[in-house]
Amino acid sequence: MSEEPAFRVRDLAVSYGSQVALKDVTLDIEPRKIIAIIGPSGCGKSTLIRCFNRMNDLIPGTRVQGQVLYHGQDIYANDVDPVTVRRNVGMVFQRPNPFPKSIKENVAYGARINGYKGNIDELVERSLRGAALWDEVKDNLNRSALALSGGQQQRLCIARAIAVQPDTILMDEPASALDPVATSKIEDLMQELKERYTIIIVTHNMQQAARVSDKAAFLYTEVNEAGTARWGVLVEYDDTSRIFTNPRDKRTDDYISGRFG
Amino acid sequence: MPVGMSAGTPAGAAAGAPAGAAAGNPLLMRSTSRARVVKDVAARVAMWLAALIVLVPVILILYYVAAKGLPTMDWEFLTQPTPYSMRLRGGGFVNGLIGTLLMVVLAAVVSIPLGLLGAIYLVEYGKKGLLAQVIRFFSDVMTGVPSVFVGLFVYTAMVIPFGFGVVMGAASLAIIMLPIVVRSSEEMLKLVPRELKEASYALGAGHWHTISRVVLPAAAPGLTTGTMLAVARAAGETAPLLLTALSAQEIVTRLVGEATASLPVLIYYGARNPFPAGQERAWAGALELLLLVLVFTLLARVASSRNRLWQ
Repeated sequence: MSEEPAFRVRDLAVSYGSQVALKDVTLDIEPRKIIAIIGPSGCGKSTLIRCFNRMNDLIPGTRVQGQVLYHGQDIYANDVDPVTVRRNVGMVFQRPNPFPKSIKENVAYGARINGYKGNIDELVERSLRGAALWDEVKDNLNRSALALSGGQQQRLCIARAIAVQPDTILMDEPASALDPVATSKIEDLMQELKERYTIIIVTHNMQQAARVSDKAAFLYTEVNEAGTARWGVLVEYDDTSRIFTNPRDKRTDDYISGRFG
Repeated sequence: MPVGMSAGTPAGAAAGAPAGAAAGNPLLMRSTSRARVVKDVAARVAMWLAALIVLVPVILILYYVAAKGLPTMDWEFLTQPTPYSMRLRGGGFVNGLIGTLLMVVLAAVVSIPLGLLGAIYLVEYGKKGLLAQVIRFFSDVMTGVPSVFVGLFVYTAMVIPFGFGVVMGAASLAIIMLPIVVRSSEEMLKLVPRELKEASYALGAGHWHTISRVVLPAAAPGLTTGTMLAVARAAGETAPLLLTALSAQEIVTRLVGEATASLPVLIYYGARNPFPAGQERAWAGALELLLLVLVFTLLARVASSRNRLWQ
């Protein structure tokens, strides 16, 4: 707890056009921990995780208010280039999305565009080892990444993300498109990765959140009185063990015990 | 596709049958599924027929052009220019071949990069903005403009001051190709999955890196097809070339100020004259033009599929 947080989020609100998607989010994210974002569909989990690397900028009409401080620097400040943010905060998506290039070129992509001066082959090996994929692909580095299985593709996407040498990795439901074996491999990998990286994961899967995360943020949907607008709010943010055994808020309790959602 | 239809229908029938139906077992509900099978077969037959009917003119054209053109198509035809009189046998269309190659290549060199950049602007930058909508609208209008108008425009703007020539012919072809390249490329670029672009941005790539390293390679096969359609269309244009390049019996020596033959114009002249020798050359010319477009298309396909990983 003594360490400086990787992220400090203060009064964050996100809207798409005139529609508010998320508001009143305030939380601190400690480095080298796994933070799970949980909550029912449509509560703004993906919106929130996409605030950490400014991926929301890509959707026209998105407005972000409040502050997201990354090691003390507001990443939404006017003089901050989102490209720089994304070089430090990597992301893995729900559906594995390798480029239709070779395995090696997938991993090397980020390094190449960032003007990496070192040895690409070493970087590729190191990143693939880091994503626990090296032994499976080391003889086929020039094969198409699309020939890999879904679970391998997702680990390739993780290798691709860590090749840019970020300090935080965002994972937006990284295992929801995978079978249980591939899922458990990803979960094991996350435990290894957290020694070096801060990991923020969105998950629909309560067991997964309980298994892998150190802290959990529970988001929930609020509706206005007329029922015409809904938005996500942060209900509770605490140690995962506490969220799952003794939540403070009744809505959290109802959700994790499966009474709705 | 007929196959997709037949696969979808029985599955739909099984899923659509209520579990608590009177018969109890949904597989026994023969009446529903028989009607569906009949519809399925009817749809399949109709689509096969439609496909066959579409193929008939194509095959007839290929057959006719080959049958009429092959007897005249020899080494002399490919390498010699057109003789002075339509009555004379012998000679060939090499003047037209060279003229067509020069004009089409020149037009392609101008219109393909411009059209591609325009399409990239529409998809990646302009999106639904006013300027993008205006460009889209006028591209559509331009696609529909009869090519003879384009010829008249270039005639007024370039031929009157500078005379006929390869450059004027190429200019009219480029104007015809540009909107086709823009609109077909735009459609292809739009098909690149958002997930791929996001993956690139998430790795710290900027907009241009994402376009040049992810979007363009992913869309390459489609871009090639659309571009080749434009090239084929330009290679076959006759009316604008009559007004901008005219025709000549000799092989062209200057790019500006010299009337230049092209395959379609030579075919046109040969076909409308009363002498069999000229008509036979026109048939061979038609075959030559067809093969030329085929070669262009094949080359482009090979070039775009060299990197197989993208497919």
